[in-house]
Amino acid sequence: MKGYTAALSTGEAIHYIDRKRWFWSLSVFYPLQPFIGIWLHSETGNQAWLLLPLFLGYVAAPILDWILGEDRNNPPDEVVQQLDRDYYYRFLTYAVVPLHFLTLFGAAWWAGTQSLHWWAFLGLAVVAGITSGLGINTGHELGHKKSRFERWLAKIVLAVPVYGHFWIEHNRGHHRDVSTPEDPASARMGESIYRFSRREIPGAFQRAWTIEKERLARRGRSVWNADNQILHSMSLSAAIQLGLLIAFGWKMIPFLAVHNIFAWWQLTSANYVEHYGLLRQKDANGKYERCQPHHSWNSNHIFSNLVLFHLERHSDHHAHPLRRYQSLRNFDDLPTLPYGYFGAYLLSYVPWLWYRVMDRRLLALPHVGGDLDRINIDPRKKQAIQRKYGRHDNAGSTAGHADD
Amino acid sequence: MPGPPRVMLMTDFRCPECGYIFSEEAGDEHEGYPPGTLFRSLPDDYVCPDCSVRGKEDFEPA
Repeated sequence: MKGYTAALSTGEAIHYIDRKRWFWSLSVFYPLQPFIGIWLHSETGNQAWLLLPLFLGYVAAPILDWILGEDRNNPPDEVVQQLDRDYYYRFLTYAVVPLHFLTLFGAAWWAGTQSLHWWAFLGLAVVAGITSGLGINTGHELGHKKSRFERWLAKIVLAVPVYGHFWIEHNRGHHRDVSTPEDPASARMGESIYRFSRREIPGAFQRAWTIEKERLARRGRSVWNADNQILHSMSLSAAIQLGLLIAFGWKMIPFLAVHNIFAWWQLTSANYVEHYGLLRQKDANGKYERCQPHHSWNSNHIFSNLVLFHLERHSDHHAHPLRRYQSLRNFDDLPTLPYGYFGAYLLSYVPWLWYRVMDRRLLALPHVGGDLDRINIDPRKKQAIQRKYGRHDNAGSTAGHADD
Repeated sequence: MPGPPRVMLMTDFRCPECGYIFSEEAGDEHEGYPPGTLFRSLPDDYVCPDCSVRGKEDFEPA
């Protein structure tokens, strides 16, 4: 297996082997899973097989995370430059782009040409949507890079889930405002994922549009201009969806509507768990402190990280947004999710259970220390949370605590 | 009598996180800052266009 050699400052040589090297290809093949369901349906005639990816994602993946456990291993700093320059890793992020298109077209073809029960038809649309949501993850990794080629690939792949504004919104908005009340993509304590989605989805689009409008205004151009980067991706989305409508008829209207909503829902789920309740403090000048690793929830679960290009090493990602996925690090004492993302998503879909698990975990974080002033709280729930977890006095200590 | 012509020294400023360079001489046309834009004239809430996690006050002369 390929290794990387570097010299430490002491003169000692180190040799590093990335044991996950070949396993990163799981992030490339994972979006093809709807084809397993389609193949099994065609072989057996049982339409329930079309729902297989839901089982794989929400039952098998959390079980695999539980069985395989966590990987806290980090590449040594001395080899990170070599690791980043290894073309193999970035090639994987390029290779998956056409597969996202293939999966959408394949699922649409099957839904449009087979005589399916209503539940199998809708199920296949949900499966296609969740899989296209993974395209947002691919666009996320590519969109953070400096090269024009990778940024264009990001815009192209984001056309599949109809989320072309994400690249602008995430890089220029979310990373700037993360873990503050101003960020529509950072969930607040006491805010259910369902309420969060109604703030996040329109809020993110509005912020992206404003950022792009301001950039174009500085160039003396209207927002309705060929230079609008959101419109590049959205134009491709319109062409794809119109093409599917022409190819497979009216059935594509409900199929694509469900597909789009569930693709967006995937991102909502990730955003919800990534920063729940975390809050950056303001300095004496009223500016938010720099984003630190403890402003994101992290997870080191092996399986779900391998199928998501290390997205769950989210603390290092926010501290160093341009760092490539293979080089993202774990740190001690990070806010840590109890499960990998797929398990955490499931938990978040049952709000009372999510609060039960996460609120105490949030309050117990070393930089929070039970202090409600150090938490991003939903204003609607503030009084209830203060009653439950102890009203905070002005001297900086909490009266009562989270254990009641 | 007119004085000697004023020479404007153009400086590059570097983002310490990601290495993005704002060149006063070249500006950043994509971001809407034409050549000759002085770094100090950028808005106070300016953030690095590549990483967005460092602000104007964090940039260093390159």
